[in-house]
Amino acid sequence: MIRGKVTLRLAWRNLWRNHRRTLIMLAAVIVGAWAMIFSTALMRGMVDDMIQDGIRSLPGDVQVHHPDFRDDPSVVNSIAPPTDRLLGVLEQPEVVAWAARVRVPAVVSSERNTRGVTLVGIDPDRERELSFVADDMADGRFLESAEDQGLVVGRKLLERLETDLGKRVVVMSQDEKNEIVDRGFRIVGVFESSMQAREDGFVFAGKATVQRLLRMGNRVSEIAVLGTDYRHVEGLRRRVEEAAGPGVVVQPWTELEPYLASMMGMMDGFVLIWIVVVFLALAFGLVNTLVMAVFERVREIGLMLALGMTPAHIRAQIIAESTLLLALGLAVGDVLAWATIEPLKGGIDLSIVGEGMELWGASAVLYPALRWEDIVLANVVVILLGFIASLSPAWRASRFEPVEAITKV
Amino acid sequence: MALMLKLAWRNLWRHPRRTWLTTGAMVFSNVILVFMISMQVGMYQMMIDNTLRASTGHLQVQARGYLEDQKIREVVPQVKPLAKQLGGELDLDTVAPRAAAFALASSADRSYGIQIVGVEPMAELHVSSLPGLVVEGRFLEGSNTEEIVIGEVLARNLKAGVGDELTFMGAGRDGSFAAAVVTVVGILESGNPEMDRSLAQVPLAFFQDVFTMDGAGHDIVILAPDLFQVATVKSEVEALLPTDEDLVALDWEQLVPGLKQAIQADMSSAMFMYLVLIVLVAFSVLNTQLMSVLERTKEFGIVTALGVSPGRLGRLVLLEATLMGLMGLVIGVVLGGALVVWFSFYGFTFPGLDEMAGQFNLPDRIYLPVTLFGLLFGPSVVLLASILATLYPMARLRWLEPVDAMRAA
Repeated sequence: MIRGKVTLRLAWRNLWRNHRRTLIMLAAVIVGAWAMIFSTALMRGMVDDMIQDGIRSLPGDVQVHHPDFRDDPSVVNSIAPPTDRLLGVLEQPEVVAWAARVRVPAVVSSERNTRGVTLVGIDPDRERELSFVADDMADGRFLESAEDQGLVVGRKLLERLETDLGKRVVVMSQDEKNEIVDRGFRIVGVFESSMQAREDGFVFAGKATVQRLLRMGNRVSEIAVLGTDYRHVEGLRRRVEEAAGPGVVVQPWTELEPYLASMMGMMDGFVLIWIVVVFLALAFGLVNTLVMAVFERVREIGLMLALGMTPAHIRAQIIAESTLLLALGLAVGDVLAWATIEPLKGGIDLSIVGEGMELWGASAVLYPALRWEDIVLANVVVILLGFIASLSPAWRASRFEPVEAITKV
Repeated sequence: MALMLKLAWRNLWRHPRRTWLTTGAMVFSNVILVFMISMQVGMYQMMIDNTLRASTGHLQVQARGYLEDQKIREVVPQVKPLAKQLGGELDLDTVAPRAAAFALASSADRSYGIQIVGVEPMAELHVSSLPGLVVEGRFLEGSNTEEIVIGEVLARNLKAGVGDELTFMGAGRDGSFAAAVVTVVGILESGNPEMDRSLAQVPLAFFQDVFTMDGAGHDIVILAPDLFQVATVKSEVEALLPTDEDLVALDWEQLVPGLKQAIQADMSSAMFMYLVLIVLVAFSVLNTQLMSVLERTKEFGIVTALGVSPGRLGRLVLLEATLMGLMGLVIGVVLGGALVVWFSFYGFTFPGLDEMAGQFNLPDRIYLPVTLFGLLFGPSVVLLASILATLYPMARLRWLEPVDAMRAA
């Protein structure tokens, strides 16, 4: 124990013998640590955003559909509303929110223009906690109930249709027998979204109203379930599947949105690669510093060996110096990263490249996500690899021949 | 000068290990930079090329405002003669007129709102890769026949195959009711799900009849010989446009702003990472050079006392750093270049690329292009940074006091 203390104190003093060299190396470690954590937080933020409400047009970590719905999103492929058994699962605390929706392709026409859209029939109370529309109302009101006769559209669609809040539009779709059905709707609300495709592509109406229009009784197109953690949805999926019974498919979002799932996987891999690359760039400098430190102290180390210090002790000494340097740099780098990310928590406005971010599947405002796992990963990787990198100089130092080393000029 | 060079070279090899470690840091970052930048150049080129060649083209002539609102009334009058005239004046085959409108398309048992595009089959062969992507049946042939080609996903959604009839209903240019029956003659598969879900093309003259276009269309698509000639072709087109109509020539950056922005967003995050790498290398060089100056204090003191100017010593130190930087550059470019050449033959892939490919019109293997820019840009910046990092150690020489320096331990 005492020896450990002495080793540490010696290591600390040795570091500051050549303060310029140590400071430069320290600066490099700080920049490296900061860059690791800072850019990881940005990347995480982007992917989180993509997954939580980016291109997932209508969220739900686990979704229940008719087996053919994904290939053929038609009113024909509808399912029964949740049974009591399924409701039992949906009322569990692991479910943050759930909603049953009708979702069909439709055409909406104003007096002047016609556009193809997705018509979504929703239960506003349920959807409030789930989808993006409720929070993004720019004008007018949100739907009030499943019986609501009004229509909520995106700002962009409103412009393209050359119509306005309070005006009427005609929505056309088909019923289960492929009869064309249509109905006039009054536009009661306008929503805005950071993604143009959304403002352009979706219109929302009361679920019951849409069900009557499509003559589909109380059947729905999908049941969307939001869990507590989108990264781990398999348990929730299995329980929903058991309760939902036969005749439907229950899929996690990773299957519904393979692009997003692969981006998430890719990002996990990329974070690790990035941390290792930064470390390797640092490692050259670190080993260099240690080699120089050993080289300068050949006589001193020889003397210590001659006085009876064991080679193991010498090794521990060099490794302690390297670890101390890295730990100090990491600590400052961590704090610096936190200090730069914290003020950006409110979001970074990227609207200059907004449509580009949309193509990637992210929205125009980037919220950095500082995660414990990433900070721990970066620190552990650096300390661990730093230990390995300092083995070689430490080994060399411990193998000096005392007499030769002392007499070396 | 030859003497200086010789001296600098020898000085470097006084500490071979230190020199190699510092050079190693440069080689490491150079290899990464060469590989990554080459990959980006390749990916961006493919993203742009594949996206634009699918259907957008390099340039489009449209009525002012059509891009934003896509209203059927905003037309290019007499689109066919104008396209022909432009093609003749520009001496390009790659000019094609088009028109587009939204309609509700119905097969025997499904209805979808889609955008129907009227094209000139012969001209389309020159500007778009789509005619070559017919997987079933054939592309359009006549100019006024009642036939349609549709995307593969749309065909699935409509449950329609080659030979089936579709009806579509929409509003004509004058707001009148427009409807027609067409026969599916071909099915296209582009690999981009978004495109395969929405693609529907009919012959232009037929389109003009159905939607009462009166000879008008919505855009003239022009493909320049290559990406670098777009600006020239654009100004030529602008000069040729009839002055009595409110027409504009838009280049691809205006037509698909998302594409360029996606590239910019990706590029800026990559730039940040490169910058971090380069800064870390610079620290490494700074450390090495500072140590090498400090340990030679005595020696420098003696030579200044003998009449060598501090400026000359500074140049010596700079020369050492430059030599080291050049070594890092040459080895880095050779190794990185070998990697790039290898992947230019065998292609490079990573997990997740497959899913990304659909999103960005990329193939599932990237064949890296061997470009001078990709090979030299990164390493040159590293060299420059190493030279800049030497400025501080150089500056210290200015303050060297010969007598004190000679007494230094």
